[in-house]
Order: sequence, then structure tokens, then C-alpha cells
Amino acid sequence: MSHSSSEPLTTADGVPLKVSLRRAVRRSKLKALLLVSPLLAFLVIAFVMPIFDMLWRSVDNPEVSTHLSRTVEALKGWDGESLPEELAFAALVEDLREGQEERNLGLLSSRLNYEKSGMRSAISRTARRAADLEPPFRESLVEAHRAWGELDTWRLIQREARPYTPSYYLAAVDRQVSPEGEIVKVPAHLEIHVALFWRTFWMSAVITGLTLLLGYPIAYLLATLPLRRSNLLMILVLLPFWTSLLVRTTTWIAILQSQGVLNDMMVAIGMIADEARWQMIHNKVGTIVAMTHILLPFMILPLYSVMKTIPPSYMRAARSLGGKPLLSFRRVYFPLTIPGIAAGGILVFILAIGYYITPALVGGQSGRFITNYIAYHMQTSLNWGLAAAIASILLFVVIVFYLIFNRLIGVDKVKLG
Amino acid sequence: MAIPSYATRGERIWHTVFLGICTLVFLFLVGPLLVIIPLSFNAEPYFTFSEEMLTLDPAGYSLRWYQDFFTSSEWLGAIKNSFIIGIASTLLATVLGTVAALGLSSRHMPARGAIMAMLISPMIVPLIISAAAMFFFFSKINLAQTYLGVILAHTALGIPFVVITVTATLSSFDTTLIRAAHSLGANPTRTFFKVVLPLVTPGVVSGALFAFITSFDEVVVVLFIAGPEQRTMPIQMWSGIREQISPTILAVATLLVLLSMLLLTTLELLRRRGERLRGVSPG
Repeated sequence: MSHSSSEPLTTADGVPLKVSLRRAVRRSKLKALLLVSPLLAFLVIAFVMPIFDMLWRSVDNPEVSTHLSRTVEALKGWDGESLPEELAFAALVEDLREGQEERNLGLLSSRLNYEKSGMRSAISRTARRAADLEPPFRESLVEAHRAWGELDTWRLIQREARPYTPSYYLAAVDRQVSPEGEIVKVPAHLEIHVALFWRTFWMSAVITGLTLLLGYPIAYLLATLPLRRSNLLMILVLLPFWTSLLVRTTTWIAILQSQGVLNDMMVAIGMIADEARWQMIHNKVGTIVAMTHILLPFMILPLYSVMKTIPPSYMRAARSLGGKPLLSFRRVYFPLTIPGIAAGGILVFILAIGYYITPALVGGQSGRFITNYIAYHMQTSLNWGLAAAIASILLFVVIVFYLIFNRLIGVDKVKLG
Repeated sequence: MAIPSYATRGERIWHTVFLGICTLVFLFLVGPLLVIIPLSFNAEPYFTFSEEMLTLDPAGYSLRWYQDFFTSSEWLGAIKNSFIIGIASTLLATVLGTVAALGLSSRHMPARGAIMAMLISPMIVPLIISAAAMFFFFSKINLAQTYLGVILAHTALGIPFVVITVTATLSSFDTTLIRAAHSLGANPTRTFFKVVLPLVTPGVVSGALFAFITSFDEVVVVLFIAGPEQRTMPIQMWSGIREQISPTILAVATLLVLLSMLLLTTLELLRRRGERLRGVSPG
């Protein structure tokens, strides 16, 4: 029996057991990876690469260096203290002539206009006349548009020749680079984004609080009722969960609008006068009510699954040991439900800050979220860099909360329906 | 939730109040959905109950909005698009997701946590961000404003649901059944089709339903990356709500509520079937 301790165990064909086992594990690892790889490859192309492309776009700064390449070259070594040499002016004329011929100055002029208002007209007006300008270009350019006589314009061109720019992120938090190169606040009438970020966060927090307030009793009822009856009531929670988001938003429009069901009812019973109908939609109230309704199931379901695991005997024990109902609830039941509150709360909050459809339809001016500004910059102002920067900031916030959620609960424990 | 016999008077009152609160919350949850159903039969082009409707006068009711819906080429075209995109992306998501779930539920899967987090991410990232990102990227590779682009985008959004449901089914799968099948003389192929597949199917089907409804109900991504050609039902509703609000929307909404009821029933039946097959006690 001594050889079993000195010689390694082997399989039937003489390979040591350890080696053979390791080989088997490696093989099954490879098999598992192989099964996952098609999906991983797909998601990388259809989802991960777009996200990284967006992150890159939020700092990408190609306009000046491509469309004003000669000017940028001529400005190398310029000290920025006084207007540049004639060489730079000549290079600019050359660049604008080429741009005008190829008709591709649009992006450049919008890009510079974000940084310094008036640049769009300066570029388009000068470019149109570029072919007829005569040397000395310094004088003729300044005559074509006074912006070329300003030091700030040249500093701007020199600064924005960098391949990457922080200016979209600065704009996303209502900051800009002053002509002196310092980071300053944008003029008051342009300050919108920071306020919208805060509004998005606090309204989402209010919505999360409301869903908790409404969801807690429901989850408790469902968790303590006999299974047959709780399953029946569960349908009332799952039905809205499964109903189209647009349908649920539409119903709130039908109910809350000033000629809607609720106002009509209140007028009919004489609670309010016909002329004094309540404005409950296209404002904060509309967004909060509709979103609380839409997100309520996301609070109830995690709460329910935690409460389901709390044995009813705990409360009975607390009572039999002399705890008053409220005390027993506060000291025994409530602490046990905190994981559910955390799970539901984070889930609802993450979903709320990313909502776009509902605030856009029922939020009006005052109930808009930052997401509505992402859409605005994508579709209306066409400042895609800024849209990408705002989206990246929001993405960062969501990821932080997601990591907390993952740490606390674990994504693979998410239950659906 | 029965009241114990030792409950005090105060507790009994509180219990009644509690049930009252719960009733109100349930009303808040389901009430709005129930309000729009009668409204969709309104004879007048309003979003509220008319005098005739309240007195149950048949003249106050009509099917005109349903007729509107079923005769409008715009709506029918949108439904067709929704089904084309929904079915194609569901098939793709289900196949990719199920195969991946098989790998993920292997005991030797390396870096499971990280991979799982990545596969779930389309569900976590706000839709508007996915939409913006896909718009930028898909325009570059000429996929924006094509059916293929929308289908790929919806596949990505549906994948987390398939992965979650199928891995959940597989995790409660009793692997000794496979060994039992082998020991009884079945070869691996036969084992897969006769033992594994029937047990896993309910999970796969409910994952597919989740993926389908995700695509069928999705507005934001389509809004950004689809062209007028790929107008889907939610887009039609969205522009209907924003531009010319007509009760046709309510008729569509009612039909969609019925669809979700149907879906919910199917899912519940699948869940029960899955549990019965796996021998888990109902619960």
C-alpha cells in the first residue's frame, strides 16, 4: 500500500490523474468560451463599439486641424501676443478658398461657432469672397470680416487645432474656455445643463421615494397572503409591467390633461370650477405621476422577493417577547427588508434617470430630463459632440449605480416577471 | 395575511386601513389601463367620457377608431414593420443568447461575472444613450436607416432578457438527468433532444417572448436610427401622441393591453409547465 503515497495516481492509460483532470477542465473551459463567443462578438459590434465610438466622439476634435491645416501649420510657434504674421493670413485665405470650392466648411464653422459666437458668419462670409481677396491678406481679410483682426480668433484657431478637446464636456456642465484660456461659466441665459442634471436627479429620487412608499405595502401584502390569492393579485402588478410604455404614458395623458377624465370628474362633482381646471400634465406633476406608475412594478418585484424569504415566525416571536406592533416592525421586519429596498431603489433610480419617452411626452418645459437634451442636441441643434458628452456623463452615473447594485445584489439574481 | 386572534382593537383598525391603502395602490396600478378601454369606443374625437357614454347610451359608443386603425395604410404598414423587425431580432437574440447561456452555465466558465455584466449591459444602459451611440456608429458603417440596422439594434437590446431567463432555467436544471439518460443507453444527440431540450424549452420561449416585446415596444432607438421606411408601431404612436392626438391611439392602446394580457398568460403557463417538468413544487 506504500506506492499510493509515493507514486501519483494515474488513469487507465497511464497519464497522471492530475494532468488528465487539468486537461479535461481546460477542454470544458474552452467549450464554454466557444459557446459564448458568437454572442460576445455580436455585442461588441452592435453595442460595445457604438458606445466607445460615442465616448470618442465626445472628445474628438478634427474640424480645425483638417479644414484649416495650412493655417494651423503657419500658426506653429506663434506667441499669441499680437496678430500673427502675413504668412498665417495667406494660409487662411488658401484654406478658405479650398473649403469653399469643396463646400465642406459647414462643420468647421459650427465647431468654431460653439466656442466663439459670430464665427459662423465670419467663415461663411470670408469664404465666399476668398477667391477675390488680394494681398496683403492681412488687410483684405480684416476688411472682409472684422473677426480676423481680433486676437481671440487666432488664439481660438491655434487652441482648437488639438486632436482632442475637453470643450464638449465643459459645455455639458455649462462651462467654456475664455479667450484668455481660463475655464469660466457660460453666460447666464445659456446655463441649462447643470440645472437639468440636478432636476433629473432629484425628480428621479422623488419618483424612487414614491414607488417605495406605494410599493412597500403592496409587496408586504403579496408576501404574506396565501399563495393562491397573492398570485391573483400579482397579475395586477405584472399587467402594467407588461403593457407598452407608450400605452401607459397615453393613459396618463387621457386622465390628467385639462379636458381629461380627472378634471372632468372634479368639475362634474363640483370640486373645482370649469374655468379653474388643474394643470396636471406637461409639467413636473405629469412626469412624476406617470413615471411613478410606470416604475412601480420595478420596486414591488424585488421587495416582494426579499419579503418572501422572511419567515412569519420572526414577527410572531417579536410580539411574544413583548414588542408592540410598531416596535416589532421597526426593529425586526423592516431591517430584514433593507436589501429589497436597496435593490428596488437603485433599480428604479437607474431606470428613472435614463427615461426619455415619458418626460418628453408628459413633461412639458418644467418636467424635462437631461435625456431630452441629449435628443435635442442630436436632432435639433445638431451639436453631436455635446450630445455625446452629456450622454457619457449620464452613462458614467448609471454605471456607478449599476456597480453598486451588482455589488449588493448581483445581476444574475435579477428575476424577470 | 389573516389577523391573529390576539390582535388588539387598534391592530384590527390598522389592518383595515392597510387593506384600504393597498386597494388604492392597486387601483393606481391598473385603473389607468382600465380607463382607456371604454374611452377607445368613444363616438366623439375626445379623450374623455361624453355625456352619452356615462348614461350608457349606445349612440355614445362606436367602433370608428378601430375602423380607422384597421383601414389606415400607415398603421398597417407600421404593424407589418414591427412584426418583421420584432420576429427577426427575436430569432437572432434567442439563438445567440441560448447558445451563450449554455456556455455560461458551465461550471468551468472563465470570467463569468465580467462576461455576464457585459451581456446584461444593453438592459442597464439608458435607451437614449444606446440610441445615440448606435446612431453615430451605424451611420458610419451605412447601417442607419436600414432594416438590418434596426434588427441588429433590437437584437442587442433583447439579448439580456434571453440570457437571464435561459441561464435561470439552466441553473435549476438537474444534470444527473443527463447522466441517467447516458446510463440508459442514449447517445449525446438523443439525450439533448429528448431530455435537455424539452426541459429548457419553456425558459427559451419565455426569453424569446421578452425579447419580442422589447423590440415590439421600443421607441427610442428606432426614433434615432430608423428611416421613414422602417416606421414601426411605437413610432406611429409616438408621432400620433405628439402631433395629431386622435382616439385611434386609444384603440391601438386597448389592443396592446389585450396583447400584454395574452403574453402574461402565456408566460405564466410556460412557468408552470417548466416547473412541472423539472419537478419543482409550484410556487
